[in-house]
Amino acid sequence: MLVQKHFESDRFIPDKEMDACGLFGVMNTKGEKFGGSMAINAIKNMKVRGSGLGGGFAIYGLYPEYKEYYALHIMYQNKNLDAKRRVEAFLKEHFYVVYDEEIPTNPDVALFFPPIVWRYYVAPQKKSEDQAIPDDEYVVTRVMYLNTNVDDAYVFSSGKDVGVFKGVGFPEEIADYFMLDKLYQGYIWTVHSRFPTNTPGWWGGAHPFNILDWTVVHNGEISSYGTNRRYLEMHNYYCTLHTDTEVLAYAVDLLMRRQNLPIEIVSKIFAPPMWDAIEQMNENDKKLFTALRMTYAPLLMNGPFTVIIAHHNEMIGLTDRIRLRPITAGAKGDFVFLSSEEASIRAVCPDLEIAWTPPGGEPVVVRMNSQDHLLSVKKSI
Amino acid sequence: MNGLNVKFGYRDNFLGDIRPVDELIAEYTVLDGGKAVINAGAMKHKEVNDVLREVALRGAFEITVNNVYGQRYIGTRLVLPREYKPVKIVINNFPGNDLGMFLKGHQIIVNGNAQDGVGNTMDDGEIIVHGRAGDVVAMSVRGGKVFIRDNVGYRAAIHMKQYKEKLPVLVVGGTAQDFLGEYMAGGIVMLLGLNLRESEPHRANYIGTGMHGGVIYLRGTVEQHQLGKEVGVRNLDDADREIVATYVKKYCEHFGGNAEEILKGNFIKLLPVSLRPYGKIYAY
Amino acid sequence: MYSYLLPEFTIERSEDKCIRCRVCERQCANKVHEYDEDLNKIFSSNELCVGCQRCVALCPTNALYVHPRVYDYRPNSSWTRDKVQNLKKQAETGGVILTGSGNDKPYRIYWDHLVLNASQVTNPSIDPLREPMELKTFLGRKPDTLEITFEEGKASLKSQLNPNVPIKTPLVFSAMSYGAISYQAYKSLAMAAKEFGTLFNTGEGGLPEHMREEFGGNAIVQCASGRFGVDSDYLNSAQIIEIKIGQGAKPGIGGHLPGEKVSANIAETRMIPMGTDALSPAPQHDIYSIEDLSMLIYALKEATNYEKPVSVKIAAVHNVAAIASGIVRAGADIVAIDGIRGGTGAAPLATRDNVGIPMELALAAVDKRLREEGIRHKCSVLAAGGIRCSADAIKAIALGADAVYIGTAALVAMGCTLCHKCYTGKCNWGICTQDPFLTKRLNPEITSQKLVNLLKGWSHEIQEMLGGMGINAIESLRGNREHLRGVGLEEWELNVLGVKGAGE
Repeated sequence: MLVQKHFESDRFIPDKEMDACGLFGVMNTKGEKFGGSMAINAIKNMKVRGSGLGGGFAIYGLYPEYKEYYALHIMYQNKNLDAKRRVEAFLKEHFYVVYDEEIPTNPDVALFFPPIVWRYYVAPQKKSEDQAIPDDEYVVTRVMYLNTNVDDAYVFSSGKDVGVFKGVGFPEEIADYFMLDKLYQGYIWTVHSRFPTNTPGWWGGAHPFNILDWTVVHNGEISSYGTNRRYLEMHNYYCTLHTDTEVLAYAVDLLMRRQNLPIEIVSKIFAPPMWDAIEQMNENDKKLFTALRMTYAPLLMNGPFTVIIAHHNEMIGLTDRIRLRPITAGAKGDFVFLSSEEASIRAVCPDLEIAWTPPGGEPVVVRMNSQDHLLSVKKSI
Repeated sequence: MNGLNVKFGYRDNFLGDIRPVDELIAEYTVLDGGKAVINAGAMKHKEVNDVLREVALRGAFEITVNNVYGQRYIGTRLVLPREYKPVKIVINNFPGNDLGMFLKGHQIIVNGNAQDGVGNTMDDGEIIVHGRAGDVVAMSVRGGKVFIRDNVGYRAAIHMKQYKEKLPVLVVGGTAQDFLGEYMAGGIVMLLGLNLRESEPHRANYIGTGMHGGVIYLRGTVEQHQLGKEVGVRNLDDADREIVATYVKKYCEHFGGNAEEILKGNFIKLLPVSLRPYGKIYAY
Repeated sequence: MYSYLLPEFTIERSEDKCIRCRVCERQCANKVHEYDEDLNKIFSSNELCVGCQRCVALCPTNALYVHPRVYDYRPNSSWTRDKVQNLKKQAETGGVILTGSGNDKPYRIYWDHLVLNASQVTNPSIDPLREPMELKTFLGRKPDTLEITFEEGKASLKSQLNPNVPIKTPLVFSAMSYGAISYQAYKSLAMAAKEFGTLFNTGEGGLPEHMREEFGGNAIVQCASGRFGVDSDYLNSAQIIEIKIGQGAKPGIGGHLPGEKVSANIAETRMIPMGTDALSPAPQHDIYSIEDLSMLIYALKEATNYEKPVSVKIAAVHNVAAIASGIVRAGADIVAIDGIRGGTGAAPLATRDNVGIPMELALAAVDKRLREEGIRHKCSVLAAGGIRCSADAIKAIALGADAVYIGTAALVAMGCTLCHKCYTGKCNWGICTQDPFLTKRLNPEITSQKLVNLLKGWSHEIQEMLGGMGINAIESLRGNREHLRGVGLEEWELNVLGVKGAGE
């Protein structure tokens, strides 16, 4: 069971954050790893889409030597060492910690109020009554527990062989701070530049959002946040960070990991076709889409959004159903790009072979060893 | 929520670290009489426009801007004193959003793809894109002409308007995404569908929704359900055919292609059913 | 269909006073009064009367008395007269109920629960009649610090300042477009602003070309979702450019200027053909997000060579403080906040009466938020929506506004009686109409004097109250909530307003 934090009334639930942003993602569909320069330079090209109040990266395939272990990235706000002691006691009780270290940072980069950021490679240490619980579920529960119960401590990355690095600053500063380009190689990089309209100066509020190996970067504001959040709480996802992006991450986990739905269906839950369009479909589709909309109505993500969702071997770009936020996809050889602006892809890959923009609600699905991303080209412009 | 809502100050992502225009001109610009070549590779949005304005004021009227990757508002600040004639700007290759916003009579040629907001609220002039363009192309345009060789994204020509001799025109060689001509209040939109296969319908839905002025000429097919309820379909009359021929020829002058072949295609004309689409929704 | 609607007003005419001069008949665009020659009698149709009191005011013998009808149906606290009447109206038309002017529902008016301070003993009050009392205010972004050079003991300013616009009094006419109001009313506002040294706001209906040279120096021009009449000449003719995102009377929705109001002159100003609907979409379609707003702000700065402050006007809504912070970070120099009691020429009743939050709370939240984030000086804050008198204005400044927008108050000064029928285009006072027979009732020379008088009277009252507090420059009151106390407010309200209860 996941943990829910108790509020006396909905009145006391903090407001969600809203932000708008620049997004970029790049994946090598052969799984070859590469450094961060493309992601960093592309997001730098879109600097005016952010306001320097949040930037972050997700990297897949960066911990090959520990890829069997969950890599927990935990930030301790206010340099709260007591929180760290409490977290470590908890980890010791529930996990085997095979290695831990402070995530190396560049002392020459001055950022706003940096927390202590630590990483732990762990394996579940299950009590006998927990044996039946799958590892992933076990880890999610513990992560939720820490995030809701230990003040000043936030687990912001919890997957295997995936790492999120984020903070307050322009993304290129975050990259410098964590020395991403020097220290890490991955086969997927997603990056986010944040322009919040709420709570600046909060490292946990930066994107990407992560649970297990799922990461989400998001641009826009989800007007259905309250509906989505209450539905997810019913399924024991508790939104600790109060940003609308968080509901996306949990919804993806619920639908894709727990309920095993493919992204092609999940994208139609988040951004369903209009009833008008459903009317035009053949009987089979009509039945399917009607059922999807009825069943998953509380997970319709209303309002403007573009997201790049990633997990191992897959990177997905999706916009809301009337495309109120931009996305452009591009490809060259084994590299596939997703970005808020085409020019930023061109800036890091001047000899791009193809660029396309899918219609609203149509996902671009980039899969390992496949050309699935090109399926969206036909419907695109 | 975390007690961390402390003063963070303000970081200016747009105006921060702007270099003086003279320095930029000395370093990145070749100015030769009426011609100028600008290397925009290392320039920020405002810097490019600072330089453009300055070289125009110094008398350049044929300006090439190279290494453009996403810089915005190119042409917007060229509000020049009356004695200056319109300039021609060639962009290589990928200008950013709001290209030619509020453009006042100049010509912009893009050798590459353009992004969102091409010709936003443009007043007069010409924008020619040798590639595709993103969303809200020619939004609220009130004069001038926009030619896009390939496709355009969502909400092209939204709220385009006309007044007397000010008649904006958008010509798109390919197809468009949804809400083409939404709220359209005047002007001419042409969608040629040149990159669609035989009998493949255009890709936009909600075409002309809320349209209450102007005209959309569509070459190729479109299903009834793709049209907004405020538009009616008509066949072309002679006057229409003349307009279509004029702009198809212009299109071919810019991008090549055989105008006669294109004109053989099947054209329809979309008109608003009412000048007052929302006149009856209120209880007085 | 026979209408089941009951008249809203009762017209009483004392036959012995009535001299059959037929002024009432001529003055009423709703055709309430009709003279019967055979009977030598004037008949009045109650059901057509909107209660604007034009005929009453102009009747030379005071023979007319127009008053609201009492609730004729069985009294009911839940199903009030409005609710029942509107239901019947909708049953007859199937339409959206329209209304005009501002919210008339009894939401708490916080101005009436805030009291001002005055000096007693410890600090002398100041007499504004004889001592300097400064109201001059600068609208625009202020720098973090100044670079000063010293040469031979002489200090000079080195910093480049952001564009700022001075006003002589912290009262600015709020956005009312030519089209929504008559040319005469529009011009009256412009003339008054010019004469008094403050600003008027063109709304989104453009600024007629022939007015630009004379009145551009006192104009705030709007760039709104309809982009009517927006080009670089228009933008450059003004002092400030305002991006209109929302309006307090109708947050989240756009506007329709019906085609019949689009006369030749309005068509020219808005640059659309005569007789077509001028539709303002709900959003600006190049702004779907905060970074898009930033894009438009800088587009406008580009178009005006960074010479004009850019204002962003939003309706006061739930997350107004966070949104305002985003707006400032997006590059705006002025943030205008329009509260739930703001006026409009036309809005759906459901929206006007139910959407948005009171400006007092919004203003306090915004000011606090911007200060907490250390960016309050990056913008000026303009408060709008239901400022009825100088006391409201000065309280708004104490809550954190730099200046206030006045709309409805200015209309009332011009003659408006708040009949809420602005959307009909039949304003008997010549304000909210394009009918030349009606608009000629307003003479800009006279009306602008009324507006100047209003500015003069209010400014003087503000000076008196400032002096009473021992303050002789308006900036010392700005955000100075120590000079406010709450009366009859609940704890949470005091918290949001950031003021102490009286006696605390």
